[in-house]
Amino acid sequence: MQGKTFFIDMTKCTACRGCQVSCKQWKNLPAVKTKNWGSHQNPPSLTPVTFKLVRFNEVNKDGKIRWNFMPEQCRHCVEPSCKLIMNMYVPNSVEHDAKTGAVLYTDKTATIDLEPWEMCPYNVPRRDEKTGVWSKCNMCIDRVQNGMKPACVTSCAMGVMQFGDREEMLAIAYERLAEVRKKHKDAFIADPDDVRVLFLGIGDPADYYEYLSADTAGL
Amino acid sequence: MTNHWIDIKNSDCVLIMGSNPAENHPISFKWVLKAQEKGATVIHIDPRFTRTSAKADFHAALRPGSDIAILGGLMKYIIENKKYFNDYVINYTNASYLVSKDFKFNDGLFSGLNEEKDNYDKSSWQFQTTSDGVPKQDTSLTNPNCVFQILKKHYSRYTLKNVSSASGLSTQELTKLYSIYSATGTAKKAGTIMYAMGWTQHSVGVQNIRAMAMVQLLLGNMGVAGGGVNALRGECNVQGSTDQALLFHILPGYLKTPLAGQDTLEQHNKVNTPVSNDPKSANWWKNYPKYSASLLKAMYSNLTPEEGYQMLPRIDSYKASEYSWLPLWDRMYDGKFEGALIWGMNPACSGADTHKVRKALTELDWMVNVNIFQCETSDFWKGPGMDPSKIKTETFFIPCASAIEKEGTIANSGRWIQWRYAGPEPLNGLLTDGHYFHELWEEVAKLYEEEGGVHAKPITELSFDNMVTDGHFDPRKTARLLNGWFMKDTVINGKQYYKGHQVPSFALLQDDGSTCSGNWLYCNMYTDSGNQSMSRDLTQTPEQANIGLYPKWTWCWPVNRRILYNRASVNLDGVPYNPKKAVISWTGDSWAGDVPDGGSAPGTINPFIMRTHGVGQLYGPGLADGPLPEYYEPLETPLKKHPFSNQLSSPLAFHFQDEEKAVADPRFPYIGTTYRVTEHWQTGSMTRWEPWLVELEPQMFAEISPALAEKIGVKNGEKVTLESLRGKVWAVAMVTERIKDFKIDGNEYHMIGLPWHYGWLTPDDGGDSANILTAGIGDPNTGIPEYKAFMLNARKWQEGEI
Repeated sequence: MQGKTFFIDMTKCTACRGCQVSCKQWKNLPAVKTKNWGSHQNPPSLTPVTFKLVRFNEVNKDGKIRWNFMPEQCRHCVEPSCKLIMNMYVPNSVEHDAKTGAVLYTDKTATIDLEPWEMCPYNVPRRDEKTGVWSKCNMCIDRVQNGMKPACVTSCAMGVMQFGDREEMLAIAYERLAEVRKKHKDAFIADPDDVRVLFLGIGDPADYYEYLSADTAGL
Repeated sequence: MTNHWIDIKNSDCVLIMGSNPAENHPISFKWVLKAQEKGATVIHIDPRFTRTSAKADFHAALRPGSDIAILGGLMKYIIENKKYFNDYVINYTNASYLVSKDFKFNDGLFSGLNEEKDNYDKSSWQFQTTSDGVPKQDTSLTNPNCVFQILKKHYSRYTLKNVSSASGLSTQELTKLYSIYSATGTAKKAGTIMYAMGWTQHSVGVQNIRAMAMVQLLLGNMGVAGGGVNALRGECNVQGSTDQALLFHILPGYLKTPLAGQDTLEQHNKVNTPVSNDPKSANWWKNYPKYSASLLKAMYSNLTPEEGYQMLPRIDSYKASEYSWLPLWDRMYDGKFEGALIWGMNPACSGADTHKVRKALTELDWMVNVNIFQCETSDFWKGPGMDPSKIKTETFFIPCASAIEKEGTIANSGRWIQWRYAGPEPLNGLLTDGHYFHELWEEVAKLYEEEGGVHAKPITELSFDNMVTDGHFDPRKTARLLNGWFMKDTVINGKQYYKGHQVPSFALLQDDGSTCSGNWLYCNMYTDSGNQSMSRDLTQTPEQANIGLYPKWTWCWPVNRRILYNRASVNLDGVPYNPKKAVISWTGDSWAGDVPDGGSAPGTINPFIMRTHGVGQLYGPGLADGPLPEYYEPLETPLKKHPFSNQLSSPLAFHFQDEEKAVADPRFPYIGTTYRVTEHWQTGSMTRWEPWLVELEPQMFAEISPALAEKIGVKNGEKVTLESLRGKVWAVAMVTERIKDFKIDGNEYHMIGLPWHYGWLTPDDGGDSANILTAGIGDPNTGIPEYKAFMLNARKWQEGEI
């Protein structure tokens, strides 16, 4: 399956969080009641009503400060382990859209008692405490099926996010990687063969977020 | 901006100083990233490491208020290392002009300071002139009285050591900054500056910007693609409201507010119409009488310009200490106002020394606040510390349509006047500001007509109908009026123009009342061929495409010139200094590219046509506080002594004598600075009602360094109490290495960064305004408060306090 893929060029991300808000706006998700907990990153993590979250991570490398921003979301894995595991518990609780590759959770997930990291190498899914239903980004499947791009992609003023056919996105991502490597030899794309969300960054993936790459998450 | 958003991509070096565009002007930053992708170096000099610094190639933290020290050091570096663009400096700036031999600068003070030390007599700052009144020049730049030599001498004191002592940047950081930026001083390179309130909100705000304008002139960066001096204006509609005379000292189109003593229009015009006998000076302001007469005809169409002039109020002076923001509130505080219309703003959070502002509102008999949502101003009477039963102010709140619910022009930062169509219908039948203004005028005019009153004519004679159709405010008709039309059939240069037709361009405006124009700068926007602000045509020539210039996309003042002073981008033969990024070029009989500053042949006029002498002012004898920027400390400072003069702070800065300042005061040892974040807008009066944005930035916070956190015993995420001489607020401590401690002369100074988006009204437990802490101190030219540097104390918050 070719399907669809996101390319997220974090070297250009300014953490304006337009994506985070536009996700909630399109899906009409409620705001989480937050506190300032000593970070701009809020809510502190993904929630059952927060499918896109910009993570802020400060790194001090030999006295030089880096402030890394990662617009986190479900990776829509090429071979989604959550689908494999959750469907073992409840058949057809997770669907895999044949045309786009979108991984879609249904209400049938409500009875599955697992920790997010037990089924997802990226620690993405969240469970509603009341209903038990698991949720996460659905690739704006309603928009995509109607020829539109996901809401987060359209809100990105810096051109960080692109969305399209997988082959095209892979080509763009590798071309950009070569360009960035001229200046930053340690530029990377996280897990490009496994995911439909290609994150391009600089340095150690864990300097963005411990779960940016499944390889560095130690799973 | 002298240039425009897209043009930033043409830059070879983007210096961001006094702004945080990634957070506060996000769309501009897209073009910064494009420049960077093409190899430009992006430098961020800012007290904090922000989301802008995160993308910059190089960030260095300066102590708030030390900008002129750094820029003065940059000028010293440019001059001593001969990095300036010699031809440009000689031909297009006043470097060669000879200044009066009486001009002196001594130990932090310029010649001419009066005894009270609150005003300069500027006569010793003026140029030596020939018998024709043209400034004398020495193009060898060796005469000790020439501007270049005065500049060189003035900034010779700005050594790396002195600048480092003032700013906290290391000498290595300074040398790196200076060498990278001064490399743009060649014909083939362009450097740009992006600044915003980080420069204006200081007691030396105007001089901050002048210092950088001088750097740009020395390096030949004015008028070129990827250069300029670029004030970032994000608000809809700061540029427009300035153009239309938001401020006390100007009328629309930057005409001057009449002063007492200017009893006739002729007298007013004479004072404001500069004269140049230099044949190479276009001296565009020589047309002032045409613009003033046309404005008066737009306002009072049935009166002659002279009669119209008699309708205008006069002020006593242009002193910021008399008419600007801070003295206005001081007068209200003293009970000298009866009522106030507070329109589209929330001074109970945005005003410096907010407790004073809130108290001032209680001195009014009545107050009307027009806003989209309730705010701390509309609801001041029930705020913290207020007893509604004891407040006499009768308060009205009038909700209005928001910007997206109505149509009209919006002027962006690059001076593009763009028509915006109405989106959704306003809720509950709310009406627009324009409607309310008209209705207010109708009612007041009716009362005057029925009951009479003192000097009623300025209201009753006003030609409001020029902006009204069928009894309703009409933005399209108003746009037509901004451009202006012929009041009668007129022949100009042998060509016939007819009454009621639009004036094609401001070159055709007249001083005899035969034309009207609500704003001469907008003349050419709405001609008989239509409203150009509605144009969305992407057509461009290859030369224009090369630099991202879209001449038919909307319209830009003046006369659709997209890059100001573009005549300075070519040599005296009209050949672009940088042919690869040509803005204009002479084809032999005409100009290609952008609309040039005056259409005449190359070398015939000087490029800076709005200046009397037509050249860029390295030396500027017009400002209140000196012809050259001098580094002074903020009025509240941790330092006892200026690092290299005996004048600690600006002698002319505006302040109230009876309000104490914290100067090297052990009770207030920490430097405070205020700013905005992407997620909230200004005082937050719009964004704090929006749950998705409150989710992102829910509470007042204070960014502090790990060292300060340890010193006051506060952990990340715990609340701190912040206190200044004006008041106190709480904030959640964000302890971060992005905040640096400044080492100055062996002492360590800590800084506390505060957003000013919060207010007591909403959200719950969101905190209150940072401006409770800021001081009533202002720039002597503009009166803009010194929000960016003040002194604070900080300690761990105790349950139950504040």
